Amino acid sequence: MATSVTPHAHAGPQGFIRKYIFSLDHKVIGIQYICLALTAVWVGMFLSLVMRIHLYWPNAVLPLVGEIKPEAYLSLLTMHGTIMVFFVLTTAPQGGFGNYFLPIQIGAPDMAFPVLNMLSFWTTFVAFVVMLAAFFVTGGAPLHGWTGYPPLSAVQQAGPGEGLGADLWITSIAIFCLASLMGALNFLTTTLDMRAKGMTMMRMPLTVWSWFITAILGLLAFGVLLSAGILLLLDRNLGTSFYVPLVVVNGQIMGHKGGSPLLWQHLFWFFGHPEVYIAILPGMGVTSQILSTFSRKPIFGYKAMVYAMLAIGFFGFMVWGHHMFMSGMSPYSAFAFSLLTMCIGVPSAIKTFNWLGTMLKARIRFQTPMLYAIGFVSLFVSGGLSGPFLAQPVLDIQLHDTYFVVGHFHLIMGVAAIFGMFAATYYWVPKMFGRMMNETWGRIHFFITLLGTYAIFMPMHYLGIAGGTRRYSQYTEVAYLQKLMPIHQFMTYAAIITIAAQFIFVINLFWSIFKGPKASDNPWESTTLEWTTATPPPHDNFGGVTPVVHNGPYEYGVPGAARDFVMQTDPAVGTAH
Amino acid sequence: MGLAMLLVIWLITIASTYFFVAKTWWLPVGASSAAGFIDGQFALTFVLMGIVFVTAQLALGYLAWRYREQPSSPAVNYSHGNVKLEVVWTALTTVLFIGLNLMGSRVWASQRFDPAGPGAVQVEVTGMQFAWYFRYPGPDGKFGGTSVKLMDPSAGGEAAVGLNTSDPAAKDDVVTGTMYLPVNREVDLSLRSVDVIHSFFVPSLRFKQDAVPGLNIHMHFTPTQIGEYEIACAELCGLGHYKMHGMVHVVSQEDYDKWLAAREAEKQ
Repeated sequence: MATSVTPHAHAGPQGFIRKYIFSLDHKVIGIQYICLALTAVWVGMFLSLVMRIHLYWPNAVLPLVGEIKPEAYLSLLTMHGTIMVFFVLTTAPQGGFGNYFLPIQIGAPDMAFPVLNMLSFWTTFVAFVVMLAAFFVTGGAPLHGWTGYPPLSAVQQAGPGEGLGADLWITSIAIFCLASLMGALNFLTTTLDMRAKGMTMMRMPLTVWSWFITAILGLLAFGVLLSAGILLLLDRNLGTSFYVPLVVVNGQIMGHKGGSPLLWQHLFWFFGHPEVYIAILPGMGVTSQILSTFSRKPIFGYKAMVYAMLAIGFFGFMVWGHHMFMSGMSPYSAFAFSLLTMCIGVPSAIKTFNWLGTMLKARIRFQTPMLYAIGFVSLFVSGGLSGPFLAQPVLDIQLHDTYFVVGHFHLIMGVAAIFGMFAATYYWVPKMFGRMMNETWGRIHFFITLLGTYAIFMPMHYLGIAGGTRRYSQYTEVAYLQKLMPIHQFMTYAAIITIAAQFIFVINLFWSIFKGPKASDNPWESTTLEWTTATPPPHDNFGGVTPVVHNGPYEYGVPGAARDFVMQTDPAVGTAH
Repeated sequence: MGLAMLLVIWLITIASTYFFVAKTWWLPVGASSAAGFIDGQFALTFVLMGIVFVTAQLALGYLAWRYREQPSSPAVNYSHGNVKLEVVWTALTTVLFIGLNLMGSRVWASQRFDPAGPGAVQVEVTGMQFAWYFRYPGPDGKFGGTSVKLMDPSAGGEAAVGLNTSDPAAKDDVVTGTMYLPVNREVDLSLRSVDVIHSFFVPSLRFKQDAVPGLNIHMHFTPTQIGEYEIACAELCGLGHYKMHGMVHVVSQEDYDKWLAAREAEKQ
């Protein structure tokens, strides 16, 4: 499969538009994806800030936003979830960092299909514009949550925002699905066909494995969501009844009959659960890479790490029903979904043990990328261990649709995945822009963000155990929920501080890109191929040289070697995996 | 930096664990027969996961500090892993997770696999934006027919659920906005929704089930303590989701009979 690298098919473009806007270069496209995600994450974070302020002070009139009515709160919640899941968690780790570094890490001059790559970015961009447009149409953005359960999402009369706003929402997601399918094809083909000589599958960095497995998940999952979205559009606009039975909304009989609201839930979660791994797998990859590099030790159990990721991806497709234990689905199927979900705990535990094993008897260097990698492990453990609660249908009787779930998925697919992105940013910005980021501000940013995110999301578990329901625009109408208000107030303070601290990151990022100290070609003394080439890498990645790989990806501390790391292109050290 | 890492991770671990162990905010009173099983399984899961959580976090902080790079650090242990160890922890976690699952599944089966027994109190629960209605079949033990054509949510009560008053079985049906249940009697709930998905959640009774339009879902539970318990809708159902609440009054059999008789009398 791995063939010798052919000379770069297209020469470096000269004009501004071809070079920076409609570029075919995977590196430029990667940066475009990252810029898109960076914009989206500020939008999504702003929405969450408004929500948290509203929960504390339900009657406050905010500058820019005004008074927040219940339907407006639900629109914020829907758009926050949708933007974060699709345009941040799916876009940055895979489309951004994956696009930039997958070809370089396997020694390829570009992605297999550069035009398709450009197309998939610009399609994602269009999807984002369509999504944002939902805010500005009559009725505003939809209020049905990011999961969009029909009939609420399928019947225009079910609430404000369920008119044109909801159509735009679904259309945007459908466009996003197309873009992700194109991206997934490109990633798979590139990984399988474009590896440099000697880059066997079992010598690929774990980052490449994570992008590869993520692409498989994307290919299988987004097609299903695309179909489900089209059916929902038909139900909404052409009077079909895939998801809607005979319903009476506001005393009016709607024209549907015979549809099944549960069908949407099955299709949505068949996508939705693998989506969790689409968000987190690249974070696992980059954490493995960074833990090994900064521990100056080979990754503990490389093969186990690969098999664990494959197992997580495999089981990830068989557990969607664990989102539906209270939905009216057969209680017998809950049995199977629960057992299979518990099985995912096993490869997840293997990964955690191996990360800890990597740090054992190491020489740990605490630069900012390493801080974030350690933070990722901590968050992965914390967010992961609430999984076995929610995987048990009998405990979901109490916990389903409470803040326990919100805390669980924010810690693991939200914050842990974002820590993966922070780690990747601090680690790779020197290679991408030729400048080092500021270490002091990186450390300050790390500690505030770690403490802050725990302060926001850990108390959600207490709320959920006490029966604190989610997606309420205010907690004033139910007596037992009112008693839980102090927790909400604490979380609001924590959110304000944590969000404020993110300015440190952005300022550090942009200041460093332009003014930071110059980076050498291999500032972290890493071993993988991106560190063998110039900084920043030339248009064809390796300046006309074709890398040949002789070693595994994480040869640190090799006894008898001249220095404490052996590059993948160095002569073989003889200890193959 | 290694020490800072250790201190921060340990601080987070201790603070998080404190509020779980102190039960500052915890499960509400368990007033149904299922509460014992569910809370038991919760406690078991909590203890096991808690041990793993604390151990893993403390180890992470410790390793970060213990193996920080210093001039005096020995050479690293050049190792690509240990197959024996991988097998051991794979086996251990498999036993832990599967075992936990099987225990939980037994409780689940006891709650959800069998229908309500004979003699259970029949109540039909109807969810609609944004209210709950409860229907009792009356002395004849039969629910009368309903029709979507007769539904008028703004009228409330019988009209809201579309009760067909010309059906003889409907004559003695009682429709209320508050739920009354006799203590220590099994309740056979029939859950439905007329518009979007709602979820009937009574934390103190350890009961939750979605009400789905197009489905009639039967569930059962047995309240075991007299008291008033709040119902909160647990599935996003529209702009009034936050105020779609209700009340369950669990009363003695005697009070229940009296209450039901008074409702029947009102109807005549």
